[in-house]
Amino acid sequence: MSFRTPLGRVRGLGSAKDGTHHWWAQRLTAIALVPLTVWFVVSILMLAGAERTAISEWLANPVTAGLLVMLIVATFHHGQLGLQVVIEDYVHTEAWKIGLIVFVKFAALLFGGIGIVSVLKLAFAG
Amino acid sequence: MASDPPARRDRPLSPHLQVYKPQWTSVLSILHRVTGVALAAGTLLLVWWLAAAASSAEYFAYVQGFMASGPGIVLLIGWAFALYYHLCNGIRHLFWDAGIGLELGPARLSGMVVVAAASALTVLSAVIALAP
Repeated sequence: MSFRTPLGRVRGLGSAKDGTHHWWAQRLTAIALVPLTVWFVVSILMLAGAERTAISEWLANPVTAGLLVMLIVATFHHGQLGLQVVIEDYVHTEAWKIGLIVFVKFAALLFGGIGIVSVLKLAFAG
Repeated sequence: MASDPPARRDRPLSPHLQVYKPQWTSVLSILHRVTGVALAAGTLLLVWWLAAAASSAEYFAYVQGFMASGPGIVLLIGWAFALYYHLCNGIRHLFWDAGIGLELGPARLSGMVVVAAASALTVLSAVIALAP
């Protein structure tokens, strides 16, 4: 039984010094994703049902490959930031919360990495 | 929690969703989150498609075949709507972050515009993609 108030418990612990970092990173990736997504959707509609060779020809252009890599980086970064907030809002068991956040961050790195390597392989090796 | 002071026990959790009438702003707010989570899963489709193209012509043809099948088309149309909605509503959020359009009237109107734009873009994309 503690007689300390909730305010008394946190007072003096100091701030984490990164209060706006998460918010700012989510906004920056959002701003980047607006033009990248529009470009991607237009491109992908052109490639609907295309052969594999059409994809590798599309990615042989370094500007295309670069934009697609940036799209993958921004998408997975933005996505894992968003999923982290969703988990923090709805999962109240500490172990599950931490575990799920770690899982989401690792999955974002893994699938983002696979996506980038795929783009580079198509760009360099056709 | 035994160690919590009495005031913390049985403290009501807000918001009490069941006592509120659904409104444009509240429904679209949760839809932004739902489409965001759906897109996180849907992005794996994109990675699958890219990894298939990087693997072999046969496997890529298999993935393209799945995307052109009934379930594939339903999945892609759902993915397209989630993407267009999250994109348009995300732009609405960026305006709010700049302090623009936060009043009740404009917030409701911009929400309707977002739903109309996302629906129109989804239909347009489906027509373009499915055209012979």
